[in-house]
Amino acid sequence: MKKSGILMIIGSALLLGLFIYPLWNIQLEAPQYPDPLGMNIYINGIQGEEEFDIQNIDGINHYIGMKKIPTPAEMWEFNTFPIVIGGMAALGALLGILGFFRIIHPNWFLGWLILMTFLGILGMMDFNNWLTDYGTDLDPKAIMKLTDSEGNPLSYKPPLLGSQKILNFTAHSYPRAGAYLMFVGMLLTLVAWWIGKKANETMAK
Amino acid sequence: MKNIFKIAVLGVLGLFIQSCGNDESSGEKSGAITSNAAERVYVAPGEHDEYYAFLSGGYSGNLTVYGLPSGRMLKEIPVFSQFPTNGYGYSEETVPMLNTSFGFVPWGDSHHPDISQTEGELDGRWIFINENNTPRIARISLETFETEEIIEIPHSAGNHSSSFITENTEYVVAGTRFSVPYPQEDMAIDQMKGNFKGPLTFIAVGEDGRMNIDFQLKMPGFNYDLSHPGRGDSHGWFFFTTYNTEEAHTMQEVNASQNDKDFIAAVNWKKIQEYVENGGGEEIAAEYAHNVFDHSTQAATTTMKNKVLTVDPREVEGAVYFMPTPKSPHGCDVDPSGEYIVGNGKLSTDLTVHSFSKMLKAIENKDFDGDAYGIPILNFDSTLAGTVKEGGLGPLHTEFDGKGNAYTTFFISSEVVKWKLGTWEVLDRQPSYYSVGHLMIPGGNSREPYGKYMISMNKITKDRYLPTGPELEHSAQLYDISGEKMELLLDFPTHGEPHYAAGIPAEKIKSQSKKIYRLDENEHEYAATSESETKMERDGNEVHVYMTTVRSHFSPDNLEGIKVGDKVFFHVTNLEQDFDVPHGFAMIGANTSELLIMPGQTKTITWEPKKEGVWPFYCTDFCSALHQEMQGYVRVSGQNSNVPLKWTLDDEEIN
Ligand SMILES: [Cu+2]
Repeated sequence: MKKSGILMIIGSALLLGLFIYPLWNIQLEAPQYPDPLGMNIYINGIQGEEEFDIQNIDGINHYIGMKKIPTPAEMWEFNTFPIVIGGMAALGALLGILGFFRIIHPNWFLGWLILMTFLGILGMMDFNNWLTDYGTDLDPKAIMKLTDSEGNPLSYKPPLLGSQKILNFTAHSYPRAGAYLMFVGMLLTLVAWWIGKKANETMAK
Repeated sequence: MKNIFKIAVLGVLGLFIQSCGNDESSGEKSGAITSNAAERVYVAPGEHDEYYAFLSGGYSGNLTVYGLPSGRMLKEIPVFSQFPTNGYGYSEETVPMLNTSFGFVPWGDSHHPDISQTEGELDGRWIFINENNTPRIARISLETFETEEIIEIPHSAGNHSSSFITENTEYVVAGTRFSVPYPQEDMAIDQMKGNFKGPLTFIAVGEDGRMNIDFQLKMPGFNYDLSHPGRGDSHGWFFFTTYNTEEAHTMQEVNASQNDKDFIAAVNWKKIQEYVENGGGEEIAAEYAHNVFDHSTQAATTTMKNKVLTVDPREVEGAVYFMPTPKSPHGCDVDPSGEYIVGNGKLSTDLTVHSFSKMLKAIENKDFDGDAYGIPILNFDSTLAGTVKEGGLGPLHTEFDGKGNAYTTFFISSEVVKWKLGTWEVLDRQPSYYSVGHLMIPGGNSREPYGKYMISMNKITKDRYLPTGPELEHSAQLYDISGEKMELLLDFPTHGEPHYAAGIPAEKIKSQSKKIYRLDENEHEYAATSESETKMERDGNEVHVYMTTVRSHFSPDNLEGIKVGDKVFFHVTNLEQDFDVPHGFAMIGANTSELLIMPGQTKTITWEPKKEGVWPFYCTDFCSALHQEMQGYVRVSGQNSNVPLKWTLDDEEIN
C-alpha cells in the first residue's frame, strides 16, 4: 500500500501543472500569417501565444461578427475550474496519504479517478459548447455573412480536437502541457489503484 | 588662348579614352556571364537574401536597401529629401528633420553610407550618410530603418569626404570638398588663394548614437575629396585625399589639374582629441541645426547651435602631415590591416599605395620635403609602399576582400581590376557597364570584409535594360569574388545615383529589426491609444483631431464644426499591433502629402480647408478586404458659422 499511496499522491499532484501550463491551444494558420496566430487556454483564462495575438484574432474575427475572446471576468469557468482542479488535487493527495497508512481501501483511488473523469468529460463538453457558441452566435450586423451549399449560415467553430479549414484559415486545436500532465496524473492514479489492490490481495492470502 | 587649347586636347583625349574603353568591354559582353549565374543569384520565393546592401541615392537624397545576391530592392529610406510615400518631411513630426541654418531644405544629395563599427567590425546598430550640398550627416537606425538624427555641418561646403567612421564609432567625419572662407565672408573670389580654408569636422558619436561636433580642423584651402579612418595599428589616424592644391578658383578642370601631385592628409585625431580635452582650440561662432527624432514621443525637434570649436592643426604637434600622391587622387582607401593607404590618381593609370609604418618612420626621421601652410610634407619615396602599374584608366575607388586582394574601379576604362596587396600585381579585370564609380564589398570598409560578393555602381546605363526615355536609372552589377577570377552574376537598376554603398550580413540586422511600435509606449503628445480617446479640440482657429485607425475604419469618421480658414491638425494613431499593417490617411485638398502610419505610431498632417462643403478622407494603404470602405467625412462650414465641434463614429458621439 505504501507504493500505491505515493503514486496516488504524485498522480493527483500532477493536476497542479494546470496552474502553470496551458490546457489547450488553438492556432490559426493562413498564408498571410507565416507565424500562426495562437491562443493558449489556461484553466483561469486565455492568453495569446505572442503578446498581441488575441488582439489580432479579435481583429480578424470581427469581419464575421464573432465575439471578442472572453476575459476571465466574462466566463464563470475561469473562476470555477481552478477551484475544482485544486480541490481534486487536494482530495487525491489526502486519499493517497490515507492509503499510504492503510486507513482506506485502494478502491477509493478508483472512485477519485471516476469522479475526475466525470468532471473532465463535463469540462470538455462545456468547452465544446463554448466553441460552438463562439463560432455560431454571430453579430447579425456582421460584415461577412457566408452560407454553406444548402444556404445555412456557416459555422466558424474550431474543432475540439484536430485541424480543420475555416475559410482562409486552418484551425489547429490540440491539448498542451497542462492537459498532458493531467492525463499522466490520472493514469498514475489508475496504476496506484491497481498496485494497491494487488498488494491488498497478496496480504489477504 | 592657351587654356582653350588645353581644354580641346583634354576633350579629344577624353573621347578617345572613352571609346577605347567601351570597345574593349563590348567585345567581352556576351561571354562574361557563366551559365549558372542565374542559380547563384536566385533567392527562392519566401527566402531571404544573405546580405543587406545600402546604396545611397545620390541626388534622390535618400538611401535604398537591396538584398544580395538577388539585387531586389527592399526599401527606400528617406533621409535628406521629402518623401510623399510615407509623409517624411511633410508630417509635423518629421518636418524638423530637414531644418538647417538655411531654413527648411527639402532635398539633399546623399553620398557615402557607412555602418557603425565596434573594434573594427560592423555591428549593425546604425548607418550614417552624408549630404553633400547642404552639409549634413544623418544617422539611421538599423532597428527601425528610419532616420533618427541629422546634424548640419557649419562652415563646410560640398560635404563629400564623409561620412566615414572610426573603428569604434568614436567619430564620424565630415570633410569639405569645396574650400570656402572660414568663417564665411564677402570676399573677391580671385582672392581665394591662401584665404579660403578647408575645415574638417570630427563628430563624436555617443553610446546612444547621438552626434555632437567635437572639433573642426582648420586646414589649408584645398578640396578634401574622400577619406578613410585608419584601423588596426593606424587606428587613431584619418586620411583625406585632396585635389586643387593649386587653389584655383576658376576653370578647375584645367587649373586644378596642374600639379603632378596633390596630397593625402594624414590626421592624428587622437592627438587632437587629447588637445581638445585639455582645453585646446578656440570656440568660434557657427550656426547649425541639430535635428533629433525621438521614438517615444515620435517627434523630431530642432536645436539651433551657435558655436563650434576650431583647431589650428599647426598648434598640435604631430597632428597633421601631407603625403604627396600623384594626379589628383580621388579615393582614399585603407586596407583591413590598416597598413596600406591607397590613393587613386583619377587622371592616371597607376595607383599609389602608402605604407602606414613607413609613414611613421618618415615622421620620426623628419623626412620632410618642405611644408604647405606650415604643415609638413612627407617625402614621397619614404612613405611609398608600392605602385600598381597600368591598372587601367582613371582609378577611383578601392575595396578589399579580406584575403589580401584589393579591387579598384577605373572610371575611364570602365572596369574593375583585382590586384594583390604587397606585390601590387594585377590579377584580374572585368569590364563594367558602364563607367563605374564606387564599388562595395560587404564589410569592405572594416577590419573584417565578407569577401564573397562585390557590387559595382555604374554611372551610365545605356542599353542594359528596356529604354525608359532619355532618363534612365543607374545600374549596379554584382560579381562573385570568392574565386580567383571575378564573375559577373547580375545587374540591376538602382534609384537615383547609387553613389556608394555599405553591406552587412543579413543576420546581423534582421533579428533585431522592429516589427511594430508598442501602443503602450507611445508618448506622442496627441496620440489616442484607443477609440474612446478620440476627440476634437479647438484652439482659436486651430483644430486638433485625435484620430485612430484600425482595420477597417477611422474613429471618428464624421467630423463637424470645422470652418474655412481653420488650420486642422489630423493626429492619426494606428491602433494595430500586427506586423506590416500600416494605415494611410489622405485628405482632399491637403497641400502637404498623405501619411503612412505604422502599427502603434502617431503621425500628424495639417489641412487648411479653403471651401465649404463635406469633404472625404480615406486610407491610402490597402489594409484589408474593407480598405475601400475605410473612409470618412469632414463638414466644413463658413468662416462665421457657429456649428459646434462634433465627432462621431457610427453616428454615436465618442467620449
Ligand atoms: Cu486602412
